[in-house]
Amino acid sequence: MAPTATKTVISAEALDLTFQTPDAPVHALKDVSLNIQQGDFVSFIGPSGCGKTTFLRCIAGLETPTGGKLTVNGMTADEARRARAYGYVFQAAGLYPWRTISGNIKLPLEIMGYSKSDQNERVARVLDLVELSDFGAKFPWQLSGGMQQRASIARALAFDADILLMDEPFGALDEIVRDHLNEQLLALWARTNKTIGFVTHSIPEAVYLSTKIVVMSPRPGRITDVIESPLPKERPLDIRDSPEFIDIAHRVREGLRAGHSND
Amino acid sequence: MSRFAPVLTIVVAIFAFWYAAVPFMNVKETLTSLERAGAVVTPSNAVERRDASHIALVMKNSFAISATYAQDRPRLPAPHQVAQDLWKTVVMKKVTSKRSLVYHGWITLSATLLGFAIGTGAGILLAVGIVHSRAMDMSVMPWAIASQTIPILAIAPMIIVVLNSIGVQGLIPKAIISAYLSFFPVVVGMVKGLRAPDAMQMDLLRTYSASQGQGFWKLRLPASMPYLFASLKIGVAAALVGAIVAELPAGGARGLGGRMLTGSYYGQMVQIWSALVFAAVLAAALVLLIGLVQRRTLKRMGLA
Repeated sequence: MAPTATKTVISAEALDLTFQTPDAPVHALKDVSLNIQQGDFVSFIGPSGCGKTTFLRCIAGLETPTGGKLTVNGMTADEARRARAYGYVFQAAGLYPWRTISGNIKLPLEIMGYSKSDQNERVARVLDLVELSDFGAKFPWQLSGGMQQRASIARALAFDADILLMDEPFGALDEIVRDHLNEQLLALWARTNKTIGFVTHSIPEAVYLSTKIVVMSPRPGRITDVIESPLPKERPLDIRDSPEFIDIAHRVREGLRAGHSND
Repeated sequence: MSRFAPVLTIVVAIFAFWYAAVPFMNVKETLTSLERAGAVVTPSNAVERRDASHIALVMKNSFAISATYAQDRPRLPAPHQVAQDLWKTVVMKKVTSKRSLVYHGWITLSATLLGFAIGTGAGILLAVGIVHSRAMDMSVMPWAIASQTIPILAIAPMIIVVLNSIGVQGLIPKAIISAYLSFFPVVVGMVKGLRAPDAMQMDLLRTYSASQGQGFWKLRLPASMPYLFASLKIGVAAALVGAIVAELPAGGARGLGGRMLTGSYYGQMVQIWSALVFAAVLAAALVLLIGLVQRRTLKRMGLA
């Protein structure tokens, strides 16, 4: 669809994941197949328990699938994790309270062994990217929730990974802040050309942000629909009132409903 | 003021209770000495007095109440008597004198500080081992808990005797008993502190493919600091108790424990109380000192 979408970055084939729990095995993912191209913005949407977060964690090498094949940058997910192929943004900002914002962004850089001068340069660059340049010396508690989450995105962008995985990063924020951060995230994606995997359970958020929307449903977690968005890459906030937007949102809603009727 | 008012209320209540208790506690000895001096006391028969209740004796001999506060060897010294003794033994004596509480306090304090250092070091090392090794978690923790269920009074003489038989005496055995008491709160606190980072924090480090060492220095250790300081406060007070208890069987009548022991040998309750108050103040000062370090450290870390 998009002209840059040429190279497959993430590829899942018939992925299965069953958690062994004391009472009964939980089928978290069943027969999940998906290809994500370079520069894609892919949203995973579905109700709780549909496996969207689990799938993202599989891509990140934080969970190990019990069946199927998964490659990230042509490697296994665990190899990709060890090669530091992605930045991960969690639902909570998870900043270290004993480090300043700059210090927090330096954390991955220190661990990965970047030089001091390189660290400072990168911190300045990503702080600028998320519009927090004046807050580097502040401690996390001095920032609002939205600013903390921006700082955690900056932390995930600071090192050279062309994949950004985000697990409901704006789930805990109010709608106004969320709109603003969505806009910023799109601008950031356009500037960095990263491949983004984004878990959400907000339909407008998924439709507004994505080039590809993956609709999932629970028990067992599986993909029910994959929607390639016809929306242009340039998306002002009021695109959400356009008929195309409403059409896609409708299709997503239908997909979610279809998944639920199986219950 | 509002901070001190509650503390002051408690102190006043304690003193009131203390002063009220003195006549009843001392009445028998006081009456005996008054009788010897020629006063008329009721009942005049010493055997009857022995069997009478303290309350009845005080009621019948109200003239003797003031004398109960001024006994040479009171069973319960009045607060002002303890204060006078403290003044005599803390301020008026040279600190090198064997009658100076500062001299004895330093002997106890040096054992406390050495024991506290050993205990804290051992506690942190054990906690690091427990957090990183499942085998240690399973094996060490039960022993650490068991070690604290043995009365220190029972184990202290054994340590003193065993170490003495291999030629170790003086500061080291006391410090070891001190460490024996103070390592435990540090282990418990540090295990909890080092495990304080939640699953998400640990996952974040995994996404960076961080090593275990990096996880320790950058996440676990800083996250454990508030827990460490809470443990240190308990640990230092326990260390002081350990040092004092160690001085009881150590002999030589040195240190605050030694003062308490000789006080009880010679029926010098005032001396015991003085040593007790001195030890309490010492413990409070040590806890306060750790509180100050805690405040400064956590402030610099942005945690307080």
